[in-house]
Amino acid sequence: MKLLEVKQVSKRFGGLVANQDVSFGVDTGQVVGLIGPNGAGKTTMFNCVAGYFAPTSGSILLGGRDIAGLPPEACARAGVARTFQIARTFTSMTACENVMTAAMLLQHNVAKARKTAMDWLAFAGLERFADRPAASMTISEQRRLAVARALATQPRILLMDEVMAGLNPSEVREAVDVVLKIRDKGIACLIVEHVLEGIMPIADKIVVLDRGVKIAEGTPQQVSNDAAVITAYLGD
Amino acid sequence: MSTMKQIIFAAAALAFALAVPAFTDASHLNMAILILMAAQVGVAWNIVGGYAGQVSLGHAAFYGLGAYASTLLLVKFGVNPWIGVLAGGLLAALLSLGFGWSCFRLKGHYFAMATIAVAELVQIFFTEWDYGGAAVGLYVPMDRQGWLWLNFATKLPYYWLALGLLLITLGVNWWIERSYLGYYFRAIKDEPDAARSIGVNIARYKQVALSVSAFLTAVGGSLYAQKELYIDPNSVLSTALSIKMALVSILGGVGTLFGPVVGAVVLTSIEELTRIAFGGTGRGTDVIIYASLIIVIAVFYPTGLLGWLRSFRERRLARGHASRQMALPAAAVQNAGKEAV
Repeated sequence: MKLLEVKQVSKRFGGLVANQDVSFGVDTGQVVGLIGPNGAGKTTMFNCVAGYFAPTSGSILLGGRDIAGLPPEACARAGVARTFQIARTFTSMTACENVMTAAMLLQHNVAKARKTAMDWLAFAGLERFADRPAASMTISEQRRLAVARALATQPRILLMDEVMAGLNPSEVREAVDVVLKIRDKGIACLIVEHVLEGIMPIADKIVVLDRGVKIAEGTPQQVSNDAAVITAYLGD
Repeated sequence: MSTMKQIIFAAAALAFALAVPAFTDASHLNMAILILMAAQVGVAWNIVGGYAGQVSLGHAAFYGLGAYASTLLLVKFGVNPWIGVLAGGLLAALLSLGFGWSCFRLKGHYFAMATIAVAELVQIFFTEWDYGGAAVGLYVPMDRQGWLWLNFATKLPYYWLALGLLLITLGVNWWIERSYLGYYFRAIKDEPDAARSIGVNIARYKQVALSVSAFLTAVGGSLYAQKELYIDPNSVLSTALSIKMALVSILGGVGTLFGPVVGAVVLTSIEELTRIAFGGTGRGTDVIIYASLIIVIAVFYPTGLLGWLRSFRERRLARGHASRQMALPAAAVQNAGKEAV
């Protein structure tokens, strides 16, 4: 079943066309990788889905409801959660409080939010950091904390912006494990990624953007043998 | 600070505050009242400026609205000040919607500058408004006295009023700090984009912080009018007053429950002591001293006096911890030696 449908989405910034008529879909529980060279328009696409940009034209359907142009907080309520390239940790809080704040989207009770938050911290393997200042955690821990925080809003789809960038190989493996665990929970993942060795083995589908347009879509196998993709990455 | 220590500290401070009237003369009691009133507006400012991180330098607008609302209602319509105080608070909360609508479009320093502009507009309005006393100001009539009319010939009742209002304001902050609002405010302060991503409507919650803060600030303004019995645009609407409200918090520690109280004790003492020391010729000395203090705070202790005390204690604890760990191997060796014997 189609959970997310991006239909003919274009985004222009003045004369600059960042996305041109991009369409793709994400099924329930699917892991989809959104890749492409620098400047391909991946992050713009991502921000359109998460509500940070309003598309110039086109529609974005989540479970059949058009969320294009809704502000981020409304997208979060509709079931879209996201992480950022930098973790954007709430630095005045402990790890647990970071996740609690997200859990409060569903109910404002602090004690209940704490319980939910502890579950998500355990899910991300961070329970031992619960009462430590989040600012004292390493970059890779803060990224996982951001994932736990996003999940605490109980999303239907989680958008991850370069979760693996700058991580060492063992940290990439941890990040991959987290993604697989999220999929096992039935939550779809849309992942913008530069680290292809991280995303290729776990993605059910890859969407490739280049210069704002979609140039390929398919399984990792299909995409990596696609002539247009090879040209986009390696040049003619 | 652990909750237990916080309670002990609060109880000790409260006991001290309750005992103050027993051992002070009239002039020192007046200073104590000024401290309580400065602390109260600092604590009120802290809701939006500290917890939610939206540094307003226009809070005098709310203070003045409170003072003018209760005073005008009393002078022109004979409305009881208890009602006037509430009306002033509600009016300020209502007008804070316009204040927030115009200023929250901007972020950081630009927000702060916009708040100054809005407060200046309010001050100019009251300076020109003849019905409201214009630049001459308004006198609060003294014909009806007592608790019903919040009007007293002695200072002591004002001390209890100021203390009561401070406690209420602290109570509101305490509740906010522990409720979801406190978490949302801190999220907005730390990472507004991330806050939106988890469903926090940051425009709405900034406004909630501002409105609650405006209400409590206005109530403080009404109390000022009832105590001083005279208000004019300069005394309740000036930018200097706005800045002082922010300074009290920044000096003591923004976003902490008791920070503004500590800040108010320090700032008001400096202000009053320089006034006593230099008299009329020393005008502005207090400003020089607390400007210097702020520079020192901003450069060396950006978390304020409370933050500085906390980090000082943490360093000491860390040292204690380290020396215990150092001592451990020696003890282990001794024990091992005993066992061998």
